[in-house]
Amino acid sequence: MRCSHCRNAFLPARFECPACLLPDPKWEEASGKARLVSWVVYHKPPDPAFDTRVPYTVAVVELDEGPRMITNIIIDDPESLRIEQQLVLCIQQEAGVAVPRFVPV
Amino acid sequence: MARHALSGKAVIAGIGHTAFGSLPGRSPVSMIVEAAAAALKDAGIEKNLVDAVLVKPPTSNPAMMFQVGVSEALGLQPKLNPNWNQGGAANIAMISYAVLSIEAGLCDVALICFADNPKTGSRHAYGSAKGNDAVFGLFGTLGPYGMIARRHIEQHGTKYDHLGAVAVACRRHGAANPHAQLRKPLTLDEYRASKPLVAPFRREDACLVSDGGAALVVMSARRSKELNVPHPVPVLGFGQGQTAWDMQLRADLTTTQATVSAKTAFAMSDLSPSDIDIAQFYDCFTIVPIMTLEDYGFCRKGDGGPFAAEGRLEIDGDLPMNTAGGLLSETGMPGMQLIIEGVRQMRGEANLQARRARNCIISNQGGIMQTHSTLILGQSL
Repeated sequence: MRCSHCRNAFLPARFECPACLLPDPKWEEASGKARLVSWVVYHKPPDPAFDTRVPYTVAVVELDEGPRMITNIIIDDPESLRIEQQLVLCIQQEAGVAVPRFVPV
Repeated sequence: MARHALSGKAVIAGIGHTAFGSLPGRSPVSMIVEAAAAALKDAGIEKNLVDAVLVKPPTSNPAMMFQVGVSEALGLQPKLNPNWNQGGAANIAMISYAVLSIEAGLCDVALICFADNPKTGSRHAYGSAKGNDAVFGLFGTLGPYGMIARRHIEQHGTKYDHLGAVAVACRRHGAANPHAQLRKPLTLDEYRASKPLVAPFRREDACLVSDGGAALVVMSARRSKELNVPHPVPVLGFGQGQTAWDMQLRADLTTTQATVSAKTAFAMSDLSPSDIDIAQFYDCFTIVPIMTLEDYGFCRKGDGGPFAAEGRLEIDGDLPMNTAGGLLSETGMPGMQLIIEGVRQMRGEANLQARRARNCIISNQGGIMQTHSTLILGQSL
């Protein structure tokens, strides 16, 4: 999301820009490029819905445009991950919802 | 710099708590009443002197207007009765408000209390996901705190053994505490052998889930003298800082506004880390005391892990930390037990009494390190 007034790019979506506080930010298509800020690997499912998914990797990524978000990294060997590593968007369909995940470049 | 005029003006006059662990059938209000009665007895005063009741709501059921039910159960109609929604940082924030209110003449004797029963009641508050995080499987507190730990490991060279050293120290101290919920010491080898739960964390990196209640009595130093309070412990400094933003939005995951909180408390008391003999650091996860050592200025960023690994936080080290076991071993209660143990150390009546006990620093925090508060106590009057 980008502020129409001060051009600040941010997530999560809001009605006002958290930098200049003015309304009417606009959605903007991102490049899909990001870098890895941090990650964790769930070995124990936190909810029965994740019983078949463990181990899975949850990450904080920073988009090239600036905003940060929570996502998953699709990877077989999370031990090989490193901070600042380059990532690229990989949209997966799940129960009819497009889920934005990332893979290492 | 000089001590602020407020430094040393007020005291913690009494402390009290229930048993820690599983307390089936006990409501938070009931546990608060038990802890409050113990704190009043410890201060040697009658309940009718209390004219402020400050309440931190129970995490597992933060009911609307919870505080008025507490006053009702205590048979009091106090002048002040806030319900302080700031997570673990609330305890010290409430002490700060009590000190300021007493100084301003708004009240005379404050009772500060907390109780919760997540062990035998609902643990939902500790395991839920925030909004879209659920889609990605980021639930509870292990995940977000694990992100902070991972970044610290990668950015500053912190080792798993450093995290383990924090758990070993707290478990050693808790094992010696007859009131501790977890009295089993932990070796570094046992820590290493433990399987990852939410990597980089193992079970031993995470605090306990506990039922229990605690209470404190705060009044002016002058009033404590008039009332012949047996062991008043002076409040030398306090401060707060709010990181506020969600974990993923912070520019640097490895530091927080705990820096500001500590700086404010040190300035009020005109003390620095070198004046502190004992620490009670919020240890919901092992990474937190490591970051607190750094952010409070006890060592440089990245040196918190080695500080712990050198055994300096153990009772025979140069900065004994969480001398009753902390959240990792005494009780998972969000912070009151740390203040109570600080008071015991300043009175010279702790179970594991530190050799040098002039000043004690206490850190409290809430959420995923969103809220921070700091308290510095001096030796008992």
